[in-house]
Amino acid sequence: MHIAYHVSLIGIVVFPGSNCDRDIYHVLKNIMHVDVEFIWHKREDLNCYYDAIVIPGGFAYADRLRAGIIAAFSPVMQAVKRLARDGVPVIGICNGFQILVESGLLPGAFMRNDSLTFTCRWTMLRLNVNGSRTPFTLLLKKGTRLNIPVANQEGKYYVDDDTLKEMEKNEQIVFKYEDNPNGSLYDIAGVCNAEGNVLGMMPHPERACEMILAPSSSTNLSTNTGYGDGILIFRSLIEYLQGKQKVSI
Amino acid sequence: MDGMPVYRINVLIENKPYISDPEGDTIRKDLVVKGGYHNVKSIRVAKMLKVEVEANSAEDAKDTVRRMCEDLRLYNPVLSVCKIVESGL
Repeated sequence: MHIAYHVSLIGIVVFPGSNCDRDIYHVLKNIMHVDVEFIWHKREDLNCYYDAIVIPGGFAYADRLRAGIIAAFSPVMQAVKRLARDGVPVIGICNGFQILVESGLLPGAFMRNDSLTFTCRWTMLRLNVNGSRTPFTLLLKKGTRLNIPVANQEGKYYVDDDTLKEMEKNEQIVFKYEDNPNGSLYDIAGVCNAEGNVLGMMPHPERACEMILAPSSSTNLSTNTGYGDGILIFRSLIEYLQGKQKVSI
Repeated sequence: MDGMPVYRINVLIENKPYISDPEGDTIRKDLVVKGGYHNVKSIRVAKMLKVEVEANSAEDAKDTVRRMCEDLRLYNPVLSVCKIVESGL
């Protein structure tokens, strides 16, 4: 039997200074074969065109004042906030994570890495919640290890004790580093909102989707299939969107 | 122009005292103490914004700057504290 899916459309927000937007476009378009569009930061109205939103890494507005803060006040982020409130999946990667935090869509704050330097290296993450907690982890089991690189200077996640306890109770601490590269509190590499539809992660899954980019230490389930571990994040999202379409048909 | 005076207000943004400041620590440990200033016990790095505001009084000017800092999150309240002081005309 053939099931026809509505075609999902994923939007990638582009700020002046975004620099991972095209990597994500490549993964979604050429590997995942889904429809994808860039969204310029001046757009105020995203209506219901997009089934999911990606906020890519980079240095939006040159990280002036504080990473993510100026982007957080941009017109497009007001529209993204409305979509997030409606339950649309939103993922922020690296600078995108910083933007989600500064927008108030995710708790916490970012500080300069303990090393004080820009840190670009492969890290090992562990899924700290059940995969069904977010649309971006749907295909993963709790405890799954993912080999994905970080590239940041302000990647040290911080949150106060009370919020941390609450986040732990609500299963919002999605990814933890096995080899904390920046001094993040509680080894936090990625968190979601209480509802689970908004995920922020410091490591770059889009840089770990193809075997030509992935190191030999990627010994996960995905390596047998010719892809790097990062692909599982995007596959999970597509699976989630297709599941929603099936329900709505 | 309505001829209101301009006030110079400084906004000092620094991490809360219990939050570590590796940059300040590095400056102290690797530059200042090694350079012989053993009596320097702490250095904290802060960011300062020098703001000029048209206002009727210094209090009004500080009030505008305070609201600006809160509304537009010029500092992140999770991490930082923000001091607003008049620097004089």
